[in-house]
Amino acid sequence: MKLQKFPRFLAVVILFYAVIEILFKLDVVNGYLLHIINLSLIYVILATSLNLINGITGQFSLGHMGFAGVGAYVSAALSTLVFKLSPSKPGDMLVFVGCIVAGGLAAAVVGLLIGFPSLRLKGDYLAIVTLGFGEIIRTAFNNLDVVGGPRGLLGIPKFSNFTTIIIASALSVVVIRNLIQSSHGRAMLSIRENEVAAELVGIDTTRYKVMAFTFGAFFAGIAGGLLAHLIQLAHPTQFGFIKSVEVLIMIYAGGVGSITGSILAAFGLTFLSEGLRLGIRSLADATGLPIGGEWRMVIYALLLIFIMLFRNEGLMGTKESKIIELPEVE
Amino acid sequence: MGPLINPQQIINGLQLGSIYALIALGYTMVYGIVRLINFAHGDFFMIGAYAAYAAFFAFNAMVAGRTGTLAFIVLVIAMATSASVAWLANKLAYKPLRYKPKLSSLITAIGVSMFIEYFFSAFPAIGASYRAFPEIIPRRDIHIGPAVVSNLVLIDLAVAAILMIGLTLLVRRTTLGKAMRAVSQDKDAARLMGIDIEMVISFTFLIGGAFAGAAGLLAGMTYPRIFPYMGILPGLKAFIAAVLGGIGNIPGAMLGAYIMGIAETFASAYNSLIGEGIAFAILILVLLIRPTGLLGEKIADKI
Repeated sequence: MKLQKFPRFLAVVILFYAVIEILFKLDVVNGYLLHIINLSLIYVILATSLNLINGITGQFSLGHMGFAGVGAYVSAALSTLVFKLSPSKPGDMLVFVGCIVAGGLAAAVVGLLIGFPSLRLKGDYLAIVTLGFGEIIRTAFNNLDVVGGPRGLLGIPKFSNFTTIIIASALSVVVIRNLIQSSHGRAMLSIRENEVAAELVGIDTTRYKVMAFTFGAFFAGIAGGLLAHLIQLAHPTQFGFIKSVEVLIMIYAGGVGSITGSILAAFGLTFLSEGLRLGIRSLADATGLPIGGEWRMVIYALLLIFIMLFRNEGLMGTKESKIIELPEVE
Repeated sequence: MGPLINPQQIINGLQLGSIYALIALGYTMVYGIVRLINFAHGDFFMIGAYAAYAAFFAFNAMVAGRTGTLAFIVLVIAMATSASVAWLANKLAYKPLRYKPKLSSLITAIGVSMFIEYFFSAFPAIGASYRAFPEIIPRRDIHIGPAVVSNLVLIDLAVAAILMIGLTLLVRRTTLGKAMRAVSQDKDAARLMGIDIEMVISFTFLIGGAFAGAAGLLAGMTYPRIFPYMGILPGLKAFIAAVLGGIGNIPGAMLGAYIMGIAETFASAYNSLIGEGIAFAILILVLLIRPTGLLGEKIADKI
């Protein structure tokens, strides 16, 4: 796969990075806001990689956060248990990158193992199988004492910061976008458009489905590793079914098959989610009524239903912005 | 006596299987007719348990002492509440998407499921915490050899059996049942024959919801602890039972549910983690070896 030139996207990323860094130095953007931006960037990786499976290849995975969990636990276990590092020595950043990539590779291996048997299935069956696998992965973390069991894995060094996260996020988008541009990506798109026809023109559909699934799992693992090293915690509940559905809402809100849509929705919904959290809390404080945080998820659920009922194709449909430079497929 | 030939486990497995069977029937009927995995079906089961809980406290004083009458009223209310919610979910969320891509309905179903669960736990009068289910019928144990059979086991088995026989008669002997079978075979042809498809679909949701409601009451009586997320796992396992029996096939769902109930009881007796995972292991095996399920028929893809 040849990495294609990507000037406009790169310019936007660098501009965004510079603006946020400057605003942070000027104290316009505080630490909390920067944290939300970091989370949004991690969700960009999760949403675009899930979009590769669900949007581009037309499969239906419901266990995406399970792969993120594998990445998070593997990378965090490596960086805490094996290296016992404190992020001070100059070479540590390289080790951190190694840990994150190892987490991504572990997630990819799990994705490959799950993909082979289950991708022979279609549509809704695949949804159930991936949901089941996601839950099995979560239950496994919950019961493995080596990684903290239900307490979670604590004391992970804080390696992730705005710089590392934005680099990883931009790289993920570029690689996924170039994959879609390549002949492999075209094969994946053809599976989405018509699987039988794709098979009849000689495309090995199972191979490409497994490839999309493995790539998606790899990037989910990267995102999970970054998340664990950002919040310094890996906990089974972070990687459950509901979290997978949150990523799912992102790609359906942004547009199934649109990378631009996934990026916009990752930012939009992460900010909406935090806004709702704060809004509900201040409403509860102001009125003295017992308004719980669960209302946030009630609103999320209604959002998902309304998107499906009234704007089936999502915000962007399959359109891409000029910045991503992905040609439209008729 | 080793865990593999323990009659107590078989009794417990049949009891669990009865509850799974009532849930699985709703899944399989809805799938048979509209080809939708109704993710919210497990939540209809949860609503049945809560409706039974509310009905018990509403009518307990009124019919004081007459346990049978009370249990009957509670059962009817549980079934009616779940059936209405199922009917409403179909009308509001699934019907507008009937002729859109299949995945849209599936995602909407996930949304409906999330909405019901979080609405229940967010609503102050209900709340996310566990509640102890009241003892509607006092438990009595009957000793048969080494095994203990409680009256609850007999009630679970009897209620499930009566409902399943009723459903079989409905599907096999009535005009409505004939219409349901016709719609599940070929929607377009059924419409051309003058069958009101939407009416049949609504009715299917009503029956499926009612059965899930009954299962909610039985589960509440048997495992007396209810909470808003109690429907997720039983719903998933009942769905797997329906797949095991051959999704869309009514006797298949019953068979699959009893196999699942027994398999899970034995596996849990061996190790609780394996007990949780066995359902998914069964699902993977079925989908790999015989995707049509035990009693399902192979349907060729239409091009």
